[in-house]
Amino acid sequence: MEELGNLLNGFSVAMTLPNLGYMLVGILLGVLIGVLPGLGGANGVAILLPLTFSMNPTSAIIMLSCIYWGALFGGAITSILFNIPGEPWSVATTFDGFPMAQQGRAAQALTAAFTSSFVGALIAVILITFLAPLLAKFALNFGPAEMFAVQFLTFCSFVGMSKEPPLKTLAAMLLGFALAAVGMDTVTGQLRMTYGSTVLLKGFDFLIAVIGLFGIGEILLTMEEGLAFKGKSAKIDFRVVVQTWGELLGYWRTFLRSTAVGCWMGITPGGATPASFMSYGMARRFARHPEQFGKGAIEGVAAPETAAHAAGTSALLPMLTLGIPGSPTAAVLLGGLLIWGLQPGPMLFVEQKEFVWGLIASMYLGNIVGLLVVLTTVPWWAAILRIPFAVIAPVIIAVCAIGAYTVHSSMFDVTMMLVFGVFGYLFKKLKYPLAPLVLALVLGDMAETNFRQSMLSSQGSLSIFWSGPLVSSLMGLSLILLFWPAWGAFKRWLKVREGGTGH
Amino acid sequence: MSDDTDASRPPIPTRWPELIVACVLLVGSILVITDSLRVGRDWASDGPKAGYFPFFIGIGLAVVSLGIAFQQLRTWRSDQRVFSERHEIAGVIAILWPMVVYVAAMKWLGLYVTSIVLITYFMRRHGKYGWGLSAGVSVGVMAVLYAVFERWFLVPLPKGPVEAMLGL
Repeated sequence: MEELGNLLNGFSVAMTLPNLGYMLVGILLGVLIGVLPGLGGANGVAILLPLTFSMNPTSAIIMLSCIYWGALFGGAITSILFNIPGEPWSVATTFDGFPMAQQGRAAQALTAAFTSSFVGALIAVILITFLAPLLAKFALNFGPAEMFAVQFLTFCSFVGMSKEPPLKTLAAMLLGFALAAVGMDTVTGQLRMTYGSTVLLKGFDFLIAVIGLFGIGEILLTMEEGLAFKGKSAKIDFRVVVQTWGELLGYWRTFLRSTAVGCWMGITPGGATPASFMSYGMARRFARHPEQFGKGAIEGVAAPETAAHAAGTSALLPMLTLGIPGSPTAAVLLGGLLIWGLQPGPMLFVEQKEFVWGLIASMYLGNIVGLLVVLTTVPWWAAILRIPFAVIAPVIIAVCAIGAYTVHSSMFDVTMMLVFGVFGYLFKKLKYPLAPLVLALVLGDMAETNFRQSMLSSQGSLSIFWSGPLVSSLMGLSLILLFWPAWGAFKRWLKVREGGTGH
Repeated sequence: MSDDTDASRPPIPTRWPELIVACVLLVGSILVITDSLRVGRDWASDGPKAGYFPFFIGIGLAVVSLGIAFQQLRTWRSDQRVFSERHEIAGVIAILWPMVVYVAAMKWLGLYVTSIVLITYFMRRHGKYGWGLSAGVSVGVMAVLYAVFERWFLVPLPKGPVEAMLGL
C-alpha cells in the first residue's frame, strides 16, 4: 500500500491554497475552451502553456491538467444545448443529449453528462494510481530497443485502429516524423533539412503545429459551414440533480462497460473519440429499450461521456510512465513537462515523486472541483455560446496568434501557425487524421534517438528488435496492427474474386 | 461574388485538392531524401550518420504519397465526391485573406493594433455591427488580454510604434 501513502503526500502538495486556486482557474478556462468553437483541449492547453513558464512545475501541470478536465466537461454543454459538438469526442453525446434538451429535459441531460464524465474519470484515476507505479517499475528495465518498440507499437496501432484510410494515416504520421527531423540533429549536431534557412534551425515546434492544425483549421471549417447558433437555455437546480443521480444508479452496468472501453482506448492511443462511439454502440446493444436511443435516452448520454472522460484521463498513464502520450492533449502536456525540464518516463516516478503524486492527487481534486463548477455555472456558458461567430472568430484568431508567438517570442512561428492552419483545414476535409501527425512530431526525436542507439548496440543489424521475448512480442504486435488494414483489403479482394460479381 | 451566381455553379470536386496535397507531400519527401543523402544516410565511425533515420522516413512518405496520388488518378472519372460548394469556399476565403494580412502586418504594427483592426473589421463586415460597438469590443478584448498576459503572467507580446507612442 505504498501507493496510498504516496497519494496522501500528493494531496498535501495539491491541497495548498494557491494550487486550489490554479485548479479553479484551470477548470474555468478549460470549460471556456471546450465551449468555444476552434479552441479544444489540445490547442487550448498549447496556447496557455506559455502562461505557466513562470510558475513552478507542480502548480503549472495542475493548472494545465485542470484545463484539460474543463475542456472535457465543456464539450458536453454545446452538444446537449446546441447540438454542436464542441469536441470530436462529444459527437456521440448529441445523439441523445440534444433530443433530451428539445423535450425540456436539458437539466437532466447535463447532469447525466457531467456525472458520467466524473465517474469515468474517477475510475480512470484510480486505475492510474495503482497501475502507473507498477508500469513505471516494469519500464525501468527497458533499453532503447524496448522503448523504440513501444513507440513503434503506438504508431502501428494508429494505422490498425484508425477510421481514416490507412494510407492517409501513414502519410500524416510520416509527415510528422519528417517535420520533427528538421533542424539540428540531437546526436551529431548537424543541420538537417534547413536548406540554409536560419529560422528553421530550431525546427518545427509541435505547439505551433497544434495551434495551427486544430485552432486555425477549425475556424476555417466552422466558417465554411456558416454556423448559426440556435440553442436551448438551461438552469440546473439541486432537486433535478439528485433525481438524475438516483436514475443513473440503475445504469451501473453501463458505467462499468463504458469505463472499461474508455480506459482501454485511452491507454492504447485509440483516443476519446472512438471510445465514445464504441461505448454508445455497446450501450444500445445491451439496453433494455434500444428503440429509445436517439430519441432522448439518458443512457445514451451517460455511455459516451463516461468513456470519453475515462479515455481522456487514462491517456495520461502511458504519458507519465513511458513518455508516450495517448492523445494529442496528452502530447501537449508532455511537451510542457519537457519544457520544465522533467523527462516523462519511468525515471519520473523515482526522481520526481512529489511532482507525480501531486499531479495524480490533483486529478482527483480537479474532477471534483470540475463537477461542482460545471453544475453551478451552466447558464453562463450557454450565454457565451449566444455571442455571434462574427465576434468570436477574430478573437479566437488573435488568441491563437498570441499562443503561437509566446512559445518562442518568434514572429516566424505566427506565420507557420497560419500555414499549419491551412493544412489542418485541407487535411480535415480530405480525411487525413491529425492526431498521428502531432504525436509523430512530439515523439519523432525520441523515437529516432532510441532507434539509433539500438542500431549502435547491434552494429546496424535490425535483429536487435527480435532479440528478447519482450521486444519481439512488442514488435510482432506492432506489425500485426500495421498490416491489419492490408489484410482486410486482401480478404475483400478475395471475396470479390470468388463471387465474381463484386462492386 | 453574389450568392445566386455561386449557387448555380457546380461544387468543387475532391479530386484536385486530393491530388495537390499528395503532390505537396511528395515534394516534401523529396526534400527530406535529398538532404538525408547530403548529410549521409550510412554509417560513420561513431554510429549512424544524421541522415540515417530521416532517409527511411522520406522513402516511406514518398511511397505513401505516390500511392494516394495513384489511387486518385485511377478513379479520376468515377470519383464523385464533393470537396465544397462554391459559397462555402467563398466563406473560407473571406476569413483567410484578412488572416494573411493580419499576420503580415503584425511584424511592423505589433499584435495589439492589428488585433483591434481584425476584430473591428469582422464585426463590421460579417456581424453588421455599428462602429461604436465594434471598436468597444475589440479594444476591450485586447485590454483584457494585455492585463492577463503582460501584467498577471508577465509574458510580453509583440508591440509596434503605436504602443511605443503610448509608452506601454
